Amino acid sequence: MTNILEIKHLTKTFSDNIAVDGISFNVPQGKCFGLLGPNGAGKTTTIEMMEGIIKPTSGEIRYSGRTIDSLYRQEVGIQFQHTAIQDFLTVKETLVMFSKFYEQTIAIEEMIETCSLESILDRDTRKLSGGQRQRLLLALAILNDPKIVFLDEPTTGLDPQARRNFWQLVNRIKQQNKTVLLTTHYMDEAESLCDEIVIMDQGKIIEQGTPHALLEQNFDGVMVSLPKQVDEALKAAGFDFQLNNHRVEIATNTVEKTVRDLLEKNISINSMQVRSPNLEDLFIKLTGHQLRG
Amino acid sequence: MLNRILAILQARNKEFIRDRSALAWSFMLPVFLLVGFSFMFSGEGRALYKVGLMTNTKENSQEQKILEENKLLKSSVFLAMKHFDFVEYQNLENAVLKVDQHKIDLLVDFSNQKYWLNDTSAKGYIVEKLLLAQHPDFTAQKTSGRAVRYVDWVMPGILGMNMMFSCLFGVGYVIVRYRKNGVLKRFQATPLSAFEFLTAQVISRLFIVLSVTSILFVGSYYLLDFYVLGSMFDLFIIALLGASSMIALSLLIASKSQSEELTGGLLNFFSWPMMFLSGVWFSLEGAHPVVQQMADFLPLTHILQAARAVMTDGAGLAEIQNHLYVLAGMSGVFLVLGSWLFDWGAER
Repeated sequence: MTNILEIKHLTKTFSDNIAVDGISFNVPQGKCFGLLGPNGAGKTTTIEMMEGIIKPTSGEIRYSGRTIDSLYRQEVGIQFQHTAIQDFLTVKETLVMFSKFYEQTIAIEEMIETCSLESILDRDTRKLSGGQRQRLLLALAILNDPKIVFLDEPTTGLDPQARRNFWQLVNRIKQQNKTVLLTTHYMDEAESLCDEIVIMDQGKIIEQGTPHALLEQNFDGVMVSLPKQVDEALKAAGFDFQLNNHRVEIATNTVEKTVRDLLEKNISINSMQVRSPNLEDLFIKLTGHQLRG
Repeated sequence: MLNRILAILQARNKEFIRDRSALAWSFMLPVFLLVGFSFMFSGEGRALYKVGLMTNTKENSQEQKILEENKLLKSSVFLAMKHFDFVEYQNLENAVLKVDQHKIDLLVDFSNQKYWLNDTSAKGYIVEKLLLAQHPDFTAQKTSGRAVRYVDWVMPGILGMNMMFSCLFGVGYVIVRYRKNGVLKRFQATPLSAFEFLTAQVISRLFIVLSVTSILFVGSYYLLDFYVLGSMFDLFIIALLGASSMIALSLLIASKSQSEELTGGLLNFFSWPMMFLSGVWFSLEGAHPVVQQMADFLPLTHILQAARAVMTDGAGLAEIQNHLYVLAGMSGVFLVLGSWLFDWGAER
């Protein structure tokens, strides 16, 4: 598979803080590639170096086999985590203004349809809701028909409905065979959208691969989940468990035996849930702490 | 490239025009100032009679002229009168213009036994009677012209000051706001270059400032009927170069700052000295030479000196060319430095 981006020994330091610490990975063409990790893991710094917005302290970024040059901006689309657009302009005026920055763009009508902007075209950009704003920013990121789209935590702060609507838009972009590079700290988002992921923490890569392969490599079975109140009893009975969102979870590949052991130790299995492990479980397992929202 | 500049230019102009409160204030503030100051300075402020003396003529040699004048001066009671202020002139045309504009009450050429008087000047009438009592054989040369009021003198100052604030604060704060809220960062992610962005900002602000200043100028002209002896085109050139230098200065001040507070402080640091040292409200003619030299480093000084020369003295572009060169030079230096130092704000 061809790699559209190759990252080699990338490092970024701010004063005495190492934000990104010598990471290397490749982004395959036409895939959705996820950079996961908690806040402060170095995701945004990494993606902004890949976008060409900030300069690496050391290391190399190659786009389609060449170093980043002046043409790069014509071929990539970027949606920042924190950004603003000019005040007192309507959605349509903003789209028209940005389309004039590029030599080649897709038809504005097509972009409006792709990002579901029909109903807000004449609205002042200051009066957009969070979801509408993100849809507009996505439209600005794809209006030059880019080969690669960078999305930096695009659904942070959105309500669940708006998040799922946004995922649909990203899936539409994926269907157009574009490469999407996504950072998120929402594991469900990564599981839903990403073909391949890199998990970062404290500026380093701690795991890399497809979500399915990583889960298979790291888990052999399911998670038995119980209310947090039983944690003392589990500890006394010698169970190996972990905390996850106010519940305690036991990883097992023999649910029947685990249930029998719990009952033998007089530990209540009321409110017990059994589920498959997900990326969040993987992260907790790899780092020993929960994702910080 | 032109497409990108035009896109930013259009967007910035729309942003300014649609921000109704800021737009209204841009027009209202100078009118308030103008009306207020025209009331404040409408009274008579000068206690002395002011008489011009021609000290050079083409017919006589320098030595002869001095000898004759000294003889006359010694014998003239007129020249020894109290509460008179005598000012010497060498250029007759300039001196007569001063009589036209009531800047002096009478102009006397003792060598040729002539004097110039503005028929509409009440003070000129009294001074003439006093002169003729001593020198009844002097012949009168009548001129006419309207007095230069304070409002005529201060008008270029108010227009220039309004232009200065509009350029400095209008551009500086906008750039810092864009940098702070991430608008610049979003533009950085596109093929738009810093030069294209800054050029659009300069043109947009020039368009806004020249429009506002022109409307204000025309409105005030009909309202206050102030002096404009020179060409309107020359004034437009001064405004164009002056506004360019101020906008470029503002871009330089705001080239790196992330803080509106710091930028506000820096803009005040530059605008307040210009308010007081560039001759907006009062002339610096009698000021300490060091102060005058400092004022020469300020763009507003050159704008106002050039504008006053055109408006009240009827000067042309050739006569104010030094001011225009300085303004063009300042624009170039500030713009190049500002572009070189410009920061989109992406790096923390």
